[in-house]
Amino acid sequence: MSTTTYRAYAHPLWRRLLLTREAAVIALVVLVSMWAYSNVPYFGDTLTLTYLLLDTTTILLIALPMTLVVITGEIDLSVASVVGLSSATMGLLHEHGVGMALACVVALLVGVVCGALNGFLVGYVGLPSLAVTIGTLALYRGVAVGLLGTTAVTDFPKDWTSKASQVIGSSGIPSVMIVFAVLAVVFILLLHFTPFGRGVYDIGLSSEAATFSGVSAKRTKLVLFVLTGVVSALAGIYFTLRYGSARGDNATGLELQVIAAVLLGGVSIFGGRGRLPGVIAGVLLIGVISSALRLQGVTVNVISIVIGLLLVLSVISTPVLARLSDAAARRSRAKRSSAGPQTVVSQ
Amino acid sequence: MRTISRRTAVIGAAALTIALAVTGCSKASTGGSPSESGTGDGGSKNLNVVFIPKNLGNPYFDASDAGGKTAVGELGGKYSQVGPQAASPDAQVQYINTAAQQHASAIVISANDPKAIGDALTQAKQSGTKVVTFDSDTDPQYRDVFVNQASPEGIAKAQVDGIAKQIGDSGEIAILSAAANATNQNAWIALMKKDLAADHPNIKLVDTVYGNDDDQTSFDKTAALLQTHPNLKGIISPTTVGIAAAARYLSTSDKKGKVALTGLGTPNQMREYVKDGTVKEFYLWNPTDLGYLAAYAAAALVDGTITGKEGDSFKAGKLGDYKVGANGEVLLGDPTAFNSSNIDQFNF
Amino acid sequence: MTTPQTPQTDTRPEAETHDEATTLLVEPSSLPPRERLLKTLLHSREISIFAVLVLVILAATVKNPGFVFSASGWRDLLLTPSMLLVLAAGQTVVIITRNVDLSVGSVLGLTAYMTGRLFIDHPGLPVISVFVAGLVVGAVLGLVNGLIVGWGKVPALVITLGTLYIYRGIVLTWAGSSQVNASDMPAGFLSLGTKQILSIPVLFVVAAVIVVAVGYVLQTARSGRELYAVGSDPDAAVLYGLPVRRRVIAAFVLSGALAGLAGVIYAARYGTVSSDAGTGIELQAVAAAVIGGVAIFGGSGTVWGAAIGAVLLVTINRALPMVGISDFWQQALVGALIIGAIVLDRVLATRQARTLIEARDEQ
Repeated sequence: MSTTTYRAYAHPLWRRLLLTREAAVIALVVLVSMWAYSNVPYFGDTLTLTYLLLDTTTILLIALPMTLVVITGEIDLSVASVVGLSSATMGLLHEHGVGMALACVVALLVGVVCGALNGFLVGYVGLPSLAVTIGTLALYRGVAVGLLGTTAVTDFPKDWTSKASQVIGSSGIPSVMIVFAVLAVVFILLLHFTPFGRGVYDIGLSSEAATFSGVSAKRTKLVLFVLTGVVSALAGIYFTLRYGSARGDNATGLELQVIAAVLLGGVSIFGGRGRLPGVIAGVLLIGVISSALRLQGVTVNVISIVIGLLLVLSVISTPVLARLSDAAARRSRAKRSSAGPQTVVSQ
Repeated sequence: MRTISRRTAVIGAAALTIALAVTGCSKASTGGSPSESGTGDGGSKNLNVVFIPKNLGNPYFDASDAGGKTAVGELGGKYSQVGPQAASPDAQVQYINTAAQQHASAIVISANDPKAIGDALTQAKQSGTKVVTFDSDTDPQYRDVFVNQASPEGIAKAQVDGIAKQIGDSGEIAILSAAANATNQNAWIALMKKDLAADHPNIKLVDTVYGNDDDQTSFDKTAALLQTHPNLKGIISPTTVGIAAAARYLSTSDKKGKVALTGLGTPNQMREYVKDGTVKEFYLWNPTDLGYLAAYAAAALVDGTITGKEGDSFKAGKLGDYKVGANGEVLLGDPTAFNSSNIDQFNF
Repeated sequence: MTTPQTPQTDTRPEAETHDEATTLLVEPSSLPPRERLLKTLLHSREISIFAVLVLVILAATVKNPGFVFSASGWRDLLLTPSMLLVLAAGQTVVIITRNVDLSVGSVLGLTAYMTGRLFIDHPGLPVISVFVAGLVVGAVLGLVNGLIVGWGKVPALVITLGTLYIYRGIVLTWAGSSQVNASDMPAGFLSLGTKQILSIPVLFVVAAVIVVAVGYVLQTARSGRELYAVGSDPDAAVLYGLPVRRRVIAAFVLSGALAGLAGVIYAARYGTVSSDAGTGIELQAVAAAVIGGVAIFGGSGTVWGAAIGAVLLVTINRALPMVGISDFWQQALVGALIIGAIVLDRVLATRQARTLIEARDEQ
């Protein structure tokens, strides 16, 4: 008996994998790295790789939970202030003689509290996250500066600060990358392989529909903001140890870099779309470009312009590409309907 | 049509990638092409000196780094100046790292903090770069030589004596400093407090505020000082950015002439305020000479003339011979007092 | 026919003139106009922030009468907020259309530096021309934002974030490590920074005129009122036939032009301009607007509130050291104020929604 044949609507696998935003960013990272390797002096040294990774670790860490937050359609501008606050907390405690391990734990708890406040206001009270996190950006940064003033606490014990900059053997890869790798795996599993992760995407696409299908948007958002707070606090601990200096105004302006990297990596600011590998590639792209430009002697200014342009272009490209593919789809549909039905699946 | 164009696009991109990979995938040479800027292999003396001031856009450091540039030019080496916009310790670390990556012969740096940049400097030293601090020191183990402008006691005493003379040796004063962690300012402030306690019992230091070597912040802090302490008689600002901003605010406020202002300033920035009576006297040394001396000290370290031990001596171009003192410190000279009688003779 | 109960507490006469078919959810007030005006004023957000401002000034003056009652004190009280006033006015217009403009700080830095460079490269330039140049350059920079947001349908947050980086990078590249010093600018220009007319600083007068002009347009002009429509429901505005794109572009051009003007004010007040002038002030402008009652979701709020919010922010910063709180805590206070303002907005909006629903359900 003959079966009905269905047209294959899905694109072939290679196209689904390679013609994506994420693949474009990863390809870009590879291309730029190769160009820099050949053309920028000293780029190929292991020392360069070490410094590159050490410099971008803070952004890499925070970009992980930030991706999830942006996918739900929210945003968290207070991450840099949480970094500063956890740094200031560490400094303050250390100044008063508290042991380093305990200071780190307290700093992480501070991150939990900060994230919980954000999550409560956004998730349960229902306030717009942009406004709330602008407010908490000022609040947390203000508390951080209020605690320490503009004095920096800098006499951290050597064995702790050197742990932050340590390298694994002679590979040039800092040992803090292990922490990042573990967190990255956790977040990838969380986002792509758990119901919680599917809920995150659902909330981004339609908060109401998600609630009706059983996802608790409020609780999810609370959890996500708490995660962001904890990871930001962790990044703050790393920052403090790496630079050996705890200051209230550490990492000012970092949130913009994180968001720029997240958006570059293909996450849509409207929510519901985006994947973690793309974001990691986005962070690395910015890092590689900055490192290469700096070694060329190009100053911070041009790097700033380049990042801004990348950000604007990456966001504009989404509607432009969408319009192009719409037009293309319309043309192909016209072509297909004139060509008649094709048999793809048969008995 | 559409599928063809999509396919060609993908093939084109792949071809481009492969082409780039094949042609370019040799490690970049570290000395050959004329367009590159980071190496010293071409110079006659292999000398590549990187100046890292506390922050860029600061006229004091523009002058000192210009002196360094002249010296490096005389020595036939390569000079470059890099630095952060804001005077914070962690911002300098990236530039130290970059200089280390480029295997610079020497770093000449004015430190924003005595300890925070230590790890980065140690790593630079390990990769063969000599470290000279000038103007603001780090802890001695992180650097080879410290080129100091004058003895800290001399600098502190000059300013305290100056303000005491101008306010009649009694009354409230405040200090407008640079960044809260700056090694040099903090050293001088500590000595000033000691001097005040010992020799000027009727002068009370009511407040110390930090302008972060940022003009707008120093301007606003001066305004706040005058608001908060209505009985203030004098302000000491041991930083050129601070005193310039404070003078500018004071000259347009109704406290001009009633509140004395002194400290460390550059003649060019302070000239108009000396002439209009806002400031009677202030002090400094020649920052151009300081940078010049620091560059020569760096060169001497690079070619092995000195190692930073006490007693080493080297020749610093037109400034003559200098000896390394205790703790690897080299002293430039004594501070100069600037007032209406001599301010027109200087141009820096 | 049942008489619909109005949610307002005042009684109202029977609506004989109304059709049976049309009944209003909320009847127009029947109070005499003077009382109605008074009631609106007293319940308004602007009055409550103004009250807070007066309290802060009182507290500071009690500690140090010179805060207000001395020549410098009075002058600084009005002069210091002038820059933020202008920025807050521009930001309000953009926020009302449900967008945000984060690039104003970089625009300010660019025009401030440009002002200095104009004076250095063309000595003898008349002062009015730098004001015009600042406005024009700012407008062009704002136009870039407006075009991308208006045509590209991309969120303003991201675009202005990108232009924040780009414009700041342009200033940094242009200025390098040099800065414009006070001695480079003509005395006539710098004196604007402190000149007073009838003991009111000139720069404050300029800022006040701008605030009044913007407020007037927003309240009475058709294009101004359409901005509110665009912000409260963009889709409905499109369906209604409003020139949404043009309004949005105009809002960004205005915000950019005002930021440019603020840059010239910065140069006049501080005299020295380095390449990081204006860094971070965009968040203060947004904070001033939010505290002043401008909803971040667009569609409501007045520029008077934003203006009072701006003055409040700056005055709190100056008053804190006098009351004994280190001014390091100022930012924390600002953050708490913002959060408080947003929560308050939310509470009021929920209450209003509930009232409307009750009115509807009672029919």
